[in-house]
Amino acid sequence: MGGWAIAVHGGAGVDPNLPTERQEEAKRLLTHCLNLGISAVRSNLSAIDVVELVVRELETDPLFNSGRGSALTEKGTVEMEASIMDGPKRRCGAVSGITTVKNPISLARLVMEKSPHSYLAFAGAEEFARNQGVELVDNDYFITEDNVGMLKLAKEANSILFDYRIPIVGLETCSAGAAATESPLQMNGLPISVYTPETVGCVVVDKEGRCAAATSTGGLMNKMTGRIGDSPLIGAGTYACDLCGVSCTGEGEAIIRGTLAREVGAVMEYKGLGLQEAVDYVVKVRLDEGKAGLIAVSNNGEVACGFNTNGMFRGIASENGFMEVAIWE
Amino acid sequence: MGWAIAIHGGAGDIPLSLPPDRRLPREDALRHCLNIGVNALKSQQHALDVVELVVRELENHPNFNAGRGSVLTNSGTVEMEACIMDGNTKRCGAVSGLTTVVNPISLARLVMEKTPHIYLAFDGAEAFAREQGVDTVDSSHFITPENTERLKQAKEANRVQIDYTQPIQKEVKIETHAADCDSQIGTVGCVAVDNHGNLATATSTGGLVNKMVGRIGDTPVIGAGTYANHLCAVSATGKGEAIIRCTVARDVAALMEFKGLSLEEAAASVVESALIGTVGLVAVSPSGEVTMLFNTTGMFRACATEDGYSEIGIWSSRQN
Repeated sequence: MGGWAIAVHGGAGVDPNLPTERQEEAKRLLTHCLNLGISAVRSNLSAIDVVELVVRELETDPLFNSGRGSALTEKGTVEMEASIMDGPKRRCGAVSGITTVKNPISLARLVMEKSPHSYLAFAGAEEFARNQGVELVDNDYFITEDNVGMLKLAKEANSILFDYRIPIVGLETCSAGAAATESPLQMNGLPISVYTPETVGCVVVDKEGRCAAATSTGGLMNKMTGRIGDSPLIGAGTYACDLCGVSCTGEGEAIIRGTLAREVGAVMEYKGLGLQEAVDYVVKVRLDEGKAGLIAVSNNGEVACGFNTNGMFRGIASENGFMEVAIWE
Repeated sequence: MGWAIAIHGGAGDIPLSLPPDRRLPREDALRHCLNIGVNALKSQQHALDVVELVVRELENHPNFNAGRGSVLTNSGTVEMEACIMDGNTKRCGAVSGLTTVVNPISLARLVMEKTPHIYLAFDGAEAFAREQGVDTVDSSHFITPENTERLKQAKEANRVQIDYTQPIQKEVKIETHAADCDSQIGTVGCVAVDNHGNLATATSTGGLVNKMVGRIGDTPVIGAGTYANHLCAVSATGKGEAIIRCTVARDVAALMEFKGLSLEEAAASVVESALIGTVGLVAVSPSGEVTMLFNTTGMFRACATEDGYSEIGIWSSRQN
């Protein structure tokens, strides 16, 4: 018991046909970020600093759906959101509708520490970013060719498409498109194909037993402009308290309805469940028909993950030497 | 069993010395809105329809901080947000950053029912409003002289706090108190359970006086200011930042579910564990219980149940 622990994720729900090369790329990035976090927590950085720096790394790399490499709105633009929470005192910060800030997670942290509020969005958030002097870039910076192709496919399939990092081929041969036409899953009662958004996140418990969580995303491919998902919503995509730190990924709407991240903390606090029990309970019971995954740490140095999707990009490590980077069950 | 309804017009530092010309119109409005809700429940309307209907009415009332009468941002503009949730299905809808939509709560409902999403904000939400053909007006419609004055006072208070040094703190404190006293009015909400045990909640607000442009509070954050499931329907009000961190609305339900607390016990526990002066809430259970609690000086509120009980209040029962 005790000691540090860290987990990172790059999204829940993975295309079973994802090319091996892409899987290796993902595992390399997860390993890199995990190691970054491990070094940081070993050098006594606090949990809140570690989750921020790891998520910055994930945002900067174009592979997953956050920062550069974010999914595109229906207009072909990028609108990013992120949130961060510090377990002790439950301080939190969140941003939505970010279009020029290179690292949204850092802006979320600034909202927490330098503003009288917890959540800033769109023009107001961008204005705050300018005042804080954070690094700004053109919206184009975040847009990758891969995602431009994905958006086109999504529009053709007339569905909301999660991010798969699969090669761009014709709709008929694209497993995403094929699945979309073969068995459209339901989301909010509407026939929309469902895949994972490759949101990124990190949770850490440091040597002092402090927990923190951070989540960042570009959201759903082809989303309506102005659409806010679970990632910036405290209690849904992100949560941390004295007992735990949680970051979720998957169907945003299901995570919001299930207040997933808070749920892990609530069953630990009110039902006395241990971390893994709490994670399992929440994934099995709280998601109803929704598909999602989450990573979590406890103040006791435990780390856990759970998902009811087809795989989740993740990396886990703890002070006792355990380390694992995985995609599938 | 039977129907029950509770509404609030904001919790905050409402001074006991609130003059009649400020108190009576609000009490009248609460009575009026409560009756609308009661009549709707009596005519067998679904809880979800009832809460939307009542909150629309509260939004239209210029004396509460929602829709017309919303408090102003630090730029003197209005940015409204709202949220609605159905207890049975846990379907929900939320909007933020509205500037021209006459009834934000109805737009939130449309997000829930007409889009694959839960939450739309700012330009995207306004564009959706136009697509849906909801009532929109010039944003000056929402701005009242009272709120323009509140903003002025809030800005002056801030300036004073920065300019003055320690010895004058006391004076400064009194001035800020006067400036804040009426301006802590935050948010309107309605929770209801109908004859069939359906629960629903709706909350709407202009946010905090002098808030930064783009600031989002607890109201549209599911689990913070608004939440409903099969155990209860909750609408919270107070200091958004505190309500978010304490996941107030969700915690009431969580305590009922995981610790077996009653509605009243769960609500009391949540309100008591929040920082004093920051939280108020109204809640109902499927069996027709109602609770209205706050750790602020007061909360504009009203409730009624099928067995004939009804109540309208501002401060704690002893002081009303």
